[in-house]
Amino acid sequence: MLLFYIGRRVLWAIPFMFAVSLIAFALISAPPGDYLTTFAATLAQSGDVVDEARLDALRERYGFDQPFIVQYLRWIGGVLQGDFGISFEWQQPVGQLIWERMALSVTLALATLMFTWAVALPIGIYSAVRKYSIGDYFFTTIGFIGLATPNFLFALVLMYVAVVHFGSDVSGLFSSEYQDAPWSLAKVGDLLSHIWIPVIILGTSATASLVRIMRANLLDELYRPYVTTARAKGLSEFRLIMKYPVRIAINPFISTIGWAFPQLISGAVITAFVLSLPTSGPLMLQALLAQDMYLAGAFILLLCCLSIVGMLVSDILLAVIDPRIRFR
Amino acid sequence: MTANTETDPRALEQKPEDFASQWRLIWIAFRRHRLAMTGAIIVLMFYLVGAFAEILAPFDPNESSSANIYHPPQMVRFIDHDADGGWSFSPHVIGMTMERDKFTLKTTYTENPEDKIYLDFFGKGEPYKLWGLIPMERHFLTTENSDERFFLLGADRLGRDMLSRTIYGTRVSMSIGLIGVGLSLLLGLILGGVSGYYGGKVDMFIQRIVELVISLPTIPIWLGLSAALPQDWSPLARYFAITIILSLVAWTELARVVRGRFLALRTEDFVTAARLDGCKRGRVIFRHMMPSMVSHIIASVTLAIPVMIIAETSLSFLGLGLTPPIISWGVLLKEAQNIRSIAQAPWLFAPGGAVCLAVLALNFLGDGLRDAADPYVQDSH
Amino acid sequence: MDGETMTSEWNTPVLELKNLTTEFVTKRGAFRAVDDVSLELHAGKTLCVVGESGSGKSVMSRSILQIVDPPGRVAGGQALLHRHRTARAGAGEETVDLLKLNPKSRAIRSLRGRDVAMIFQEPMSSLSPVHRIGDQVGEAIRLHEPVSKKDARERTFELLRKVEIPNPGKAIDQFPFEFSGGMRQRAMIAMALACNPTVLIADEPTTALDVTIQAEILDLIRSIQDDSDMAVLFITHDMGVVAEIADEIAVMRFGKVVETGDVYDIFERPQHYYTQRLLNSVRELDHPSERRLAMRKERPVGAPCLVSDNVRKVFGGSKSWFGTEVEGLVAVNDAELELRSGENLGIVGESGSGKTTLGRCLQRVHDVTAGRILYTDSSGLERDLAPLTENQLEQPWRDIRTVFQDPFSSLNPRMTIGQIIAEPLVVEGKLTGPQIRERVYELLELVGLPVSAYMRYPHAFSGGQRQRVSIARAIAPNPRIIIADEATSALDVSLRTQILDLLLDLQERLDLSFILISHDIAVIRYFCDRIAVMYRGRIVETGDTETVCNTPQHEYTQSLLSAVPVADPRARGQKQRVRYREAI
Repeated sequence: MLLFYIGRRVLWAIPFMFAVSLIAFALISAPPGDYLTTFAATLAQSGDVVDEARLDALRERYGFDQPFIVQYLRWIGGVLQGDFGISFEWQQPVGQLIWERMALSVTLALATLMFTWAVALPIGIYSAVRKYSIGDYFFTTIGFIGLATPNFLFALVLMYVAVVHFGSDVSGLFSSEYQDAPWSLAKVGDLLSHIWIPVIILGTSATASLVRIMRANLLDELYRPYVTTARAKGLSEFRLIMKYPVRIAINPFISTIGWAFPQLISGAVITAFVLSLPTSGPLMLQALLAQDMYLAGAFILLLCCLSIVGMLVSDILLAVIDPRIRFR
Repeated sequence: MTANTETDPRALEQKPEDFASQWRLIWIAFRRHRLAMTGAIIVLMFYLVGAFAEILAPFDPNESSSANIYHPPQMVRFIDHDADGGWSFSPHVIGMTMERDKFTLKTTYTENPEDKIYLDFFGKGEPYKLWGLIPMERHFLTTENSDERFFLLGADRLGRDMLSRTIYGTRVSMSIGLIGVGLSLLLGLILGGVSGYYGGKVDMFIQRIVELVISLPTIPIWLGLSAALPQDWSPLARYFAITIILSLVAWTELARVVRGRFLALRTEDFVTAARLDGCKRGRVIFRHMMPSMVSHIIASVTLAIPVMIIAETSLSFLGLGLTPPIISWGVLLKEAQNIRSIAQAPWLFAPGGAVCLAVLALNFLGDGLRDAADPYVQDSH
Repeated sequence: MDGETMTSEWNTPVLELKNLTTEFVTKRGAFRAVDDVSLELHAGKTLCVVGESGSGKSVMSRSILQIVDPPGRVAGGQALLHRHRTARAGAGEETVDLLKLNPKSRAIRSLRGRDVAMIFQEPMSSLSPVHRIGDQVGEAIRLHEPVSKKDARERTFELLRKVEIPNPGKAIDQFPFEFSGGMRQRAMIAMALACNPTVLIADEPTTALDVTIQAEILDLIRSIQDDSDMAVLFITHDMGVVAEIADEIAVMRFGKVVETGDVYDIFERPQHYYTQRLLNSVRELDHPSERRLAMRKERPVGAPCLVSDNVRKVFGGSKSWFGTEVEGLVAVNDAELELRSGENLGIVGESGSGKTTLGRCLQRVHDVTAGRILYTDSSGLERDLAPLTENQLEQPWRDIRTVFQDPFSSLNPRMTIGQIIAEPLVVEGKLTGPQIRERVYELLELVGLPVSAYMRYPHAFSGGQRQRVSIARAIAPNPRIIIADEATSALDVSLRTQILDLLLDLQERLDLSFILISHDIAVIRYFCDRIAVMYRGRIVETGDTETVCNTPQHEYTQSLLSAVPVADPRARGQKQRVRYREAI
């Protein structure tokens, strides 16, 4: 039953991925002109002679004169073989530029997710069980402020406070000595000592909304008949709450992988830009601004796919913990 | 009411709400929610500020002056002490003089107690056209001497008044939220309504689209779309394009709400009853189903506006949303992108405070509306 | 049990409630849900607490173990559990006042589920949907006894067998949603019995079940009680069930116990006028309405006006994505039925029998998969409603009207009573505004509501009054036929006869024919001239109501009738129960 469900769910993800790739490609080929026009303009500006023949050759090589669908098929064909094309700006294959940044992005998103869960679960339970207590009001207030502050603003304020009051720089994911060093245990340690700042910045709003959801869901469940049944059995309040209502109200936590993951990836773009983190966000931004289409396209495609995978994982986990879903 | 029904002697006093319509009941429930009421008042004030930006802003937001670069904020003093110890009510600020370090070129300001700049409520200032139509020249607060300047929220790197800029930014940022949500609502209503009313394959298809859009990470898509906008568009065209882009991604939540309500209502007995009463499809939807949905939709819309505002702010902050000469909170915050400028002029965060306050107030308002939206579902004691 | 132990038990209750009071503290003041209740429970005996909805009986039962949900709280009184008088007797005298214990204390927890166990009304929502049956039952054992997981599982298996759950080895690892309602209630009982409690509190345990299942569950509780000598506190609103199982009765109303006594005393010599009224309305329902019989003599039943000719309704059923044929659910299977003008036809059946679907098909709310629905209008013209479109149904829908089951969801809370009743007239568009208003006043009067109801909203009315509004809306366009789907099921017994009498009254004045759909034989017996019995989408028997009820032909009808509890304790055990097992 479960396997059947998973199989069906995975099959569903394939057309989604396909649709996403189409969207990604449409996005990067939408700007009027192409990279070569920008390239020519830059050359002309700096006074270089623009060699029309060379431009035409390049245009043909990248297929810019072909219809959209042919361009797309060429591109997606390459992607499926692991070839994401070439970054015009860096004059390097896209593949060489993105993977380390993508890996850091995923690490950051996962770390944030862990942080969000670890903080939101106990607070959510506390707020529901001790409804309208001082603690509940305290967390609710913090939650609201967390929700109302855009990530980048939070990052800016934190940077400001760190620079002005503590004289330290909180940007980046590595200390300068590890910036370009090859991977080692020491570098991982350095990463860990830096990553908590973006994690907190990114995690705050997701934590706030998760606390609110957990609180509301648990409040819904707390007075259900099955809780009364369990209480009539003689279960202690703590075990009772943890075993029954929390177990059922926890579903949104699993769903967070589905909806919070895309949000985290999204939010990370801006935060990373502000904190100048070496993740995918800043490079993607740069590529978009410079119409470096294959580089931007690869990022958009990969980030979207990551979100879909997140959805998939969360759906499967949900089916594992809630038998009602897989029997439907 | 019938003769032989005895009343329960334990019953608490009767409610005076027997004649109350839905909106009255919602209002009664909403009024009890103090945070939401506060939120409503703040939101109203923001929109009033946006609507009357020209009157409320003391100066032209684009007027720069090299003499006032990074001018710090000044306090308004209401009581003026004159030389012989007497006092009078005349609001003023203390003027400041700028010094520039010859080597670092850093500017510092010192207060000059001699220099009092007197302020005037509804005094004459620079002439302007309210909403681009009505020529006026009175400002809510301006200087008595029209050559002088004052900076309640400081000035930016070109010496422009941050207060005036933030006020003008309110108009753009708050309206983009409203218009964007309007567009999403249109999309959400149509698609969600079609999905919920017809069900079956249509529903299935629309739901897949919604799922797809939800699973997309919004910011990369927004970035991609705005990067695709031609650079040479007029500010107004860009404004509308950005609004459309924001609503393209944000309609899903509204569609979900509309569809959910439709599905829930479709099976209600009173809707079947309306059909059997001979109501045509349109009458069933608009006379019988809509009234139950409107309050929910208003609540969701209210909760969607802050999402839009944050999105606009973020996009403009990255330089991919609105761009100068349009003034929005995001455009203003772009000035604060650089750690060196905020270290020197922390007042550049002011528009950020406005964002937080507006979003907070809208969230409170929306939460209150959502709680009050269905006055008929009350937990029996 | 011999007489001697019986008398000694009568004087020695195992659980005594003294002046129990429970309050709900709300903003508008404290609401006394349970007001000064004193009761005694004896080993091996069943005390039935009866009362209509809102009488506080359920809150009372929860107060004993202090498991009332906030804002409710026990405000005073005692609940004395005499443990030395039970099988768990220790050496000396041991009496515990359950209400003195802190509701979260270990002391009361060790008594919950072990000495005093409970079962609840909704077997679906009272079991956790995400835990296996075996886990939930076994937990009750392991909480109170130091047994290993394996032993607990074995005991769970035994318990499931004891409550007659078929194939307990498989059931132990299943989830509640894989069970039928009756099976879930059996699992609940198994859970309650896990530690051989001395007191079992059953809060409307059969209300959500069909009568045939109800009879089985009652049998089960009784047989367990015979084996174990436990005291049962049985909460119900159904006098039939009371007559079936009670030894003693306490009648509750508005939070107070108005009368207590031996089952025979209460049924034969009720003292309090409320008890008398309650019994009267129950007894009245068990016979044909005099009113109806008189009416039929004056005005005999005419020709068939609505005929169901081989109507079949299949839900779902389509080709799936992988090309395999998905079989639909056959809700109505070739139903043959006719309603004659001026008569009342009853359709009786248990949940899932397809009676509601058939009703909706007859009115063409649903499309029908096959068959004809022949309607003869006032001019004598016969039409088949089955192929008509919604537009063509305009006139038939004015002639055939509905009264819905749930008086809360059938009235739009956002419209005034006046608007609701006027809606069919407004849509028809024949009358002017003032005329419509006049007509609505007239209708309000007809259904026994004051004219002042016009401007009010539904939330100002009680269930019975709302049902009257629903009836007024039904008769607004001068219909000929009314289909009433469980129109009285959501109401308390004393209100049911009132509503049925109102319908009869309208029949006389307005020349109506009724189809009454119900699971309640008593209601049908009172109201209907003829009856159709449905089982799994088929009509298994039709005929004159009295004939079918007295001499049922089909085996299912026999089992259904034999399961209906009779509100007479003397008749207890005299009826031979018939169990119907469909030959597959």
